[in-house]
Amino acid sequence: MKNKTLLALLVVLGLGLAGCASQNETKPAAVTDGGQGAETSGAGGQSSATGTALDSGKASNADLLSKRRVYFAFDSSAVDDESRSIIEAHAAYLVAHPQTKVVLEGNTDERGTREYNLALGERRAQAVERMMRTLGVAADRIKATSYGEEKPVATGHDEASWRLNRRVEVLY
Amino acid sequence: MTRLMKVLAKTFVRRTLLLTGLVLMFWSVTARSTLTIEITQSLDVGMPIAIVPFGWEGASKPPQDVSAVIEADLARSGHFRLLPKKDYLSAPHDNKDVIFKDWRLLKAEALVIGKLRQIGTDKYRAEFRLYDVFKETQLAGYEFDVPASGLRMVAHQFSDIIFEKLTGEPGVFNTRIAYITKEGVPRHGVMFRLQVADSDGYNPITILSSTEPLMSPAWSPDGKRLAYVSFEKKRTMLFVQNVTDSKRTLIAEFNGINSAPAWSPDGTRLALTLSKDGNTEIYVMRLADRSLTRITNNPAIDTEPAWSPDGQYLIFTSARSGGPQIFRVSAQGGTPQRLTFEGDYNARASYSPDGRMLTLITRAAGAYHTAVLDLKTAALQILTDTTLDESPSFAPNGRIILYATIVQGRGVLASVSSDGRVRQLLKLQDGDVREPAWSPFNR
Repeated sequence: MKNKTLLALLVVLGLGLAGCASQNETKPAAVTDGGQGAETSGAGGQSSATGTALDSGKASNADLLSKRRVYFAFDSSAVDDESRSIIEAHAAYLVAHPQTKVVLEGNTDERGTREYNLALGERRAQAVERMMRTLGVAADRIKATSYGEEKPVATGHDEASWRLNRRVEVLY
Repeated sequence: MTRLMKVLAKTFVRRTLLLTGLVLMFWSVTARSTLTIEITQSLDVGMPIAIVPFGWEGASKPPQDVSAVIEADLARSGHFRLLPKKDYLSAPHDNKDVIFKDWRLLKAEALVIGKLRQIGTDKYRAEFRLYDVFKETQLAGYEFDVPASGLRMVAHQFSDIIFEKLTGEPGVFNTRIAYITKEGVPRHGVMFRLQVADSDGYNPITILSSTEPLMSPAWSPDGKRLAYVSFEKKRTMLFVQNVTDSKRTLIAEFNGINSAPAWSPDGTRLALTLSKDGNTEIYVMRLADRSLTRITNNPAIDTEPAWSPDGQYLIFTSARSGGPQIFRVSAQGGTPQRLTFEGDYNARASYSPDGRMLTLITRAAGAYHTAVLDLKTAALQILTDTTLDESPSFAPNGRIILYATIVQGRGVLASVSSDGRVRQLLKLQDGDVREPAWSPFNR
């Protein structure tokens, strides 16, 4: 319940901020800006993430919008709190920019089988899609696809690479 | 010569010529991406066999060392122990010159002799004979007339005949493998290729090149077509392509995922995975009219269908009970039955040709291994010590399992005999190779 309220608050806040952001011509970061991902991953900062959004919302929201990748645990399509705030920021931007369409590309790490991973990547993209729809982005503006394990951003064969590859790319 | 069985295989010659044309067409593209085989484990057991280097009657040099190809085939099979040539007491090429005593002294149980003759412009006659040294009888003898480009194929056919005569089971040397390569190329960044090569990696032909990923090649039961998944339009599309003339047909481009093609044993239907109705489900498409039958109906992931050899069942990977496990369902649909219970990750299963075993990927202690599941006893046996295995499948004779894995940071193909004795790696000089699919018997 508390979460729901927070969420609602964030959406409202996000909407307002997105409006500001557009006036300040905050353009989404380049899609291929790969370096970002490495820094954004890592779990555990849930309360602080929410906190910052409320306190110094403006900078933080631009920050969130610059994050184009949300990350997942192994064999999971559950959205964690850090990813949630990134998705909320993008959803707010999309609500404020009704002409913009978004492609959500789901990806997995290389472990396990390719076809299963293709399906898993789709589930990740669909999880983000569902959230965006809940936050008011029209279904026909969202396209959820999957590359499975076929498009890794990090090519190592260890957890350092795997965690960067378990991702959904938010492209618009 | 009278005892020599003559085989005038017109279809064989035609097929060879066709293959030649294609090899030339794509040669420049594929020459550098030939797979090389490395035998990583081979126990020094098996039937002792002597293979005399074949004789040559012709002008310059023979265009192909036929006996060397046979030797490599038989050595790789793990069923034979090749006797060292330096010990040979004689080197016969003709029936009349065989002295069995010479071979009994070496404890050879089987002897192979043969020769190659040039009989025209780019026309060669290859002949071989196989003997039982102790019974002093000829077990087989054949001759083929082919162009130079067909000589490797003839050698593989000879190997198949030798293998079958001596082990009682058909050989798979004269078959092919399809696989996907991923190589860095100037200007394009990355290039994906769907290739087909002989079972020993020679004569690679590129079926399709793309800067976007290619996935899941699957042979039609007649060995003439390949189904595969292409991301060429940034989303999955399913195609069927002729191997010989490269003509291709778009089979599925529904919303969502179109993937995991698997041919029914009679070649009339494709099982596939579609997510057009919201999440991945197994469907069967009748190829004649493209009509679809939905097989699964579950909110969890269902994918990776494979047919039982009799066409009665489909097995598939499903996350309906948590992690991925293998289920079996009637090919008409119905209630799926779970087949795997050991381990929390079992995926991408396919049947052995006799229908008694499955090969699949199983996770144990965080590593992904190729394993076999005995359907009668439900015993799961891990066959590999590699940790990132994928895409296992049985050879058409059921004696070898071919899979993809990562060795020293590179994507390679690996094979293991179903008894675990013989192991091999097939590598590219540069780049990764993955998703092997063994062709049916070349009939």
